[in-house]
Amino acid sequence: MEAEAAKLIGAGLAAIALAGAGVGIGHIFGSYLQGALRNPAAAQSQFPNLLLGFALAEATGLFGLVVALIILFVF
Amino acid sequence: MATQSGEPGGGEGGLAIDPMHQFEIKRLINLKFGGLDASFTNASLWMVIIVAAVALLLLSGSSKMIPGRLQSVGELAYEFIANMMRDILGESGRAFFPFVFTLFMFILAANMLGMIPYSFTVTSHIIVTFGLAATVFLGATVIGFIRHGAGYLKLFVPSGVPVVLLPLLVVIETISYFTRPISLSVRLFANMMAGHTMLKVFAGFVVAMGVLGGWIPLAFMVALTGLEILVAFLQAYVFAVLTCIYLNDAINMHH
Repeated sequence: MEAEAAKLIGAGLAAIALAGAGVGIGHIFGSYLQGALRNPAAAQSQFPNLLLGFALAEATGLFGLVVALIILFVF
Repeated sequence: MATQSGEPGGGEGGLAIDPMHQFEIKRLINLKFGGLDASFTNASLWMVIIVAAVALLLLSGSSKMIPGRLQSVGELAYEFIANMMRDILGESGRAFFPFVFTLFMFILAANMLGMIPYSFTVTSHIIVTFGLAATVFLGATVIGFIRHGAGYLKLFVPSGVPVVLLPLLVVIETISYFTRPISLSVRLFANMMAGHTMLKVFAGFVVAMGVLGGWIPLAFMVALTGLEILVAFLQAYVFAVLTCIYLNDAINMHH
């Protein structure tokens, strides 16, 4: 296989990382809603933690992007 | 992406807009000290603008008992970080408030000013974010060794685990400790770079789809810009929170 083609395939494969990020973000917001509906009084105090979890989960997907960029541009 | 070239900034139509062009570093004033290239670039210019903007926000005008709008923003930011530090570090972390607050305001201003069209986002360059993260990492490590001496190494030995698992866990803990500056810097850099690239790609769609069809990606652009402003704030917050968590490991040693 040509190196250029393998590069493009590898960069595409790196996008699979988004599956994990999607599961993570969905899980965080789903769990927050479950908890918030059970105990609405405590929901507001946990909102910063929700945002923190969202940002951390989103970042893992972006690590996949970094891998794709390294494959495309560095090698 | 690598093969694309064309007029940056659009206007030509087609997908000829290079989404990576916005990250280009340009030398504004050439400076050389021996073999060291210390040119004043557009990144340096924007860092000066960021520091000036934060200074204007926090230092301008006289502080009044009943705050005006600008002073309210400054007080909100102060209390936001002060509360966050009190929650994570407790009273022992008070000495580090100026550092964390400066870090937060710098990253927040860099991210927010980067959202202005045709501006430059310094945090979308990994060397800038790695510089900040390495400062945090080295600082926290040095503080940990000063406070606890060689006992700081106990951080790598988790308590309450079977002895059989201990060698493996020590290795994992050590690796996770030393990847902290990398994950901290890559998180901020990747978020800012991905966001700005995505905005440019969608802007390319608006141009390519013409007067009739271009409204659909334009509506997406508005929503994405809102999301990016949220991300710009969140990433500054996350950077500050993780800095506090690392400092907490160094000062209070949870393990």
